[in-house]
Amino acid sequence: MPKITIDDIELDVEPGLTVLQACELAGKEIPRFCYHERLSVAGNCRMCLVEMEKAPKPIASCAMPVGEGMKIKTDSEMVKKARHGVMEFLLINHPLDCPICDQGGECDLQDQAMGYGFDRSRYLETKRAVDDKNLGPLVKTIMTRCIHCTRCVRFATEVAGVPELGATGRGETMEIGTYVEKALSSELSGNIIDLCPVGALTSKPYAFVARPWELKKTESIDVTDALGSNIRVDARGSEILRVLPRVNEDVNEEWISDKARFSYDGLLRQRLDKPYVRHDGKLRPASWDEAFAAITAKLKGLEGKKLAAIAGDLADCESMFALKSLMTSLGSQNLDCRQDGSAVGEGARSGYLFNSTVAGIEQADAILLVGTNPRLEAAVLNARIRKRFLTGKVKIAIVGPEADLTYKHQNLGSNPAILSQIAAGSHAFAETLKQAQKPMLIIGTGALTRADGAAILASARAVAETCGLIKDGWNGFNVLHRAASRVGGLDLGFLPGAGGRGTDSILEGTSSGAIEVVYLLGADEIDMKRLGKAFVIYQGHHGDAGAARADVILPGAAYTEKDGTYVNTEGRVQRAQRATFPLGDAREDWTILRALSERLGRKLPFDNLDALQVKMTKACPTLSGVDAIAPAAWGAFGKAGDLANQDFTYPIANFYMTDAIGRASVTMAKCVAEILGQGVPRTGTHG
Amino acid sequence: MSTTAGSAPVETGPFAFTADNMRLAQAIIAKYPSGRQASAVMPLLDLAQRQHANWLPRAAMDYVAELLDMPAIRVYEVATFYTMYNTKPVGRHHVQICTNLPCWLRGSEQIVSACEKATGTVLGETSKDGMFTLSHAECLGACVNAPMMQINDDYYEDLDETSAASIVSELKLGHTPKTGSQIGRKTCEPAGGLTSLTEPTKGRGA
Repeated sequence: MPKITIDDIELDVEPGLTVLQACELAGKEIPRFCYHERLSVAGNCRMCLVEMEKAPKPIASCAMPVGEGMKIKTDSEMVKKARHGVMEFLLINHPLDCPICDQGGECDLQDQAMGYGFDRSRYLETKRAVDDKNLGPLVKTIMTRCIHCTRCVRFATEVAGVPELGATGRGETMEIGTYVEKALSSELSGNIIDLCPVGALTSKPYAFVARPWELKKTESIDVTDALGSNIRVDARGSEILRVLPRVNEDVNEEWISDKARFSYDGLLRQRLDKPYVRHDGKLRPASWDEAFAAITAKLKGLEGKKLAAIAGDLADCESMFALKSLMTSLGSQNLDCRQDGSAVGEGARSGYLFNSTVAGIEQADAILLVGTNPRLEAAVLNARIRKRFLTGKVKIAIVGPEADLTYKHQNLGSNPAILSQIAAGSHAFAETLKQAQKPMLIIGTGALTRADGAAILASARAVAETCGLIKDGWNGFNVLHRAASRVGGLDLGFLPGAGGRGTDSILEGTSSGAIEVVYLLGADEIDMKRLGKAFVIYQGHHGDAGAARADVILPGAAYTEKDGTYVNTEGRVQRAQRATFPLGDAREDWTILRALSERLGRKLPFDNLDALQVKMTKACPTLSGVDAIAPAAWGAFGKAGDLANQDFTYPIANFYMTDAIGRASVTMAKCVAEILGQGVPRTGTHG
Repeated sequence: MSTTAGSAPVETGPFAFTADNMRLAQAIIAKYPSGRQASAVMPLLDLAQRQHANWLPRAAMDYVAELLDMPAIRVYEVATFYTMYNTKPVGRHHVQICTNLPCWLRGSEQIVSACEKATGTVLGETSKDGMFTLSHAECLGACVNAPMMQINDDYYEDLDETSAASIVSELKLGHTPKTGSQIGRKTCEPAGGLTSLTEPTKGRGA
């Protein structure tokens, strides 16, 4: 280990580190613009200059590897002068329009100019101006502010895998952009806003909305996919103004998808802010009392087996637990949290988890994707696969229709029969899996929601067992869910009880009249027509498909409006905190169920969230360790059977609108129109 | 404030190499190890430019990108960085006059005005008949024979207003003007005749 001296501090550092990283270990702050831990080293901003003994001039610490006996000075006169000079050059063409710049207050250039710059300008010539670029509906550009650090270019090329940004021209005419005008086609494009150290790339929906110091910041969990990205929700008053990522190395590193970042404007549109009851075929606003009275009247004397509940994709564990408790006390076993009908949940817990963990992808040396397009189903997870791919140490194959996943892969075909061939060892890829040290299989909901889903799950398990995916300290079997609520619901056993009905069977029951009352907890993605003549209670936050069909609407809280527990696809338990209060008469979901239970004479045994969580973790111990994954032992799951001779399809065609919040979001609608190139459905008011 | 020149590419119809150029392109690509074919981007862009009236439309850059299996933006970066690639249409004769310090000291301003007069256009523009594009160039490495200019592939050195104008008028007539020094010296020998190494060479090889 090289010994290095930094400002008289001696330390041993790992070989291969850069001087900048060593300085950070020594507790010295080095200013920088182009350097970023998760991107390749560019070394073009020159802000990180430090003095090295025996070197004739300052060195760029971000690009200099540490060497034995190096003596670095970070606070010498030479370094101060060098930083002064670099900052002066950077500001030559920077417009200094901080008062009208959205980055103001959280700008690296602003902060570092204060810390390391000169207090006045000696530059008298005219500044250059650069045409703004159109990068689509999410990223606003003010290119005159750009200091050419190329972080965005490197992010697009390396992390997002969508090489569309570049630096064209040279010298004074150098510009960052796409050259040919087009919207960025990445699902992660919003991250370049965070990466930009100046105000050149800012958020279009957040433009001129607020200053960072006005915002109340709340730590939360993203629910737009099953990855459970860690987010920070910034709100002013009752309005959420933006969503930013939080660093969690095990989940999302520091990226979030565009859907997680920009769909927040849907939280204020098409909201259910008061209870509704259907009279004579029309929904009319009602009081909570009237709504509960309507439900009580309907449920009075109803047999438990004529009652059913389906939980939607955004439900938190607390409300699902409360609903399950209520349904059980009403004698109903007809529960399901799998509104898409995926064939997971029966059998061992490891049969529905992403067992290798997201961070585990970085150790995998063979990955088989089955019926899943992770780029659309969990964009940040896909970036992790790409990160592993870039090391060149992994072989990736897909079973499913060809798709641009941003990394090279082998397409084995789309027929499920390929799975049986791999399991039987008669397919070439079986050998690849067997020879791999840490092979992974990732199966998606596209494969599991089919009629033969259970059989496909069983053959995926056969692949895992015969190809050595399960070994000491490594479980290579992974299910990639799409819904934030799914693993939580499965952990809680929000599943048909003994003799109970699952989603499909519930819908059959409603069509035939065997089920008379259905309780939808934010379930919008089922076929509402199949609900037949059933009395539908919809508890949720958006006026989406479920609310339109409902007979009674109980307005609940969106994920930013309640303290809730979510379990991601790995089985990681995470808590989201309330950023704003529910709108209007809406209430946090568990309190609605608690109040309703009292009216039904089946009072649920908890009066506050703490008591609920204690009960919940007692009933379901896997939920007790927050930010931890409860270990899941390998066991039996799936049901052997015939695989249909029908190709896999992917469940998501429209990345931006997969839930009620996204469908209500104007920003997401613009993305659909401009990035996917699909027209937004026109309403009658369009000329 | 000064504004950077518009950076959008020029759109035209589709582009494809002629059969001859395709053969040349394949030979160039074959020089590089497999998987490293992107290294051929510069010669291929040059080839495309020569095939397409000395400039590169977007279609040509996209074509090269596809041929070399590299992202289009990487090709755009190369094509816009180097001044020898023209991303806008140019005249049949692309007159690039060096205006850097040594040439300027030796009167490049006069050369510019002589060429402007002879071609009937101004620096940075193309003449109406499409014959000439005038542009200024940074140092072309012939300072010893300053002032100089480059027209398409040829250097014209030791210019003065008369010789510059006559080169332009000869080109107008379709003639091929004499390249290199216009005052008769051989390459970059001293202008007033040799001052050293004047005696006969001695020893081996004499």
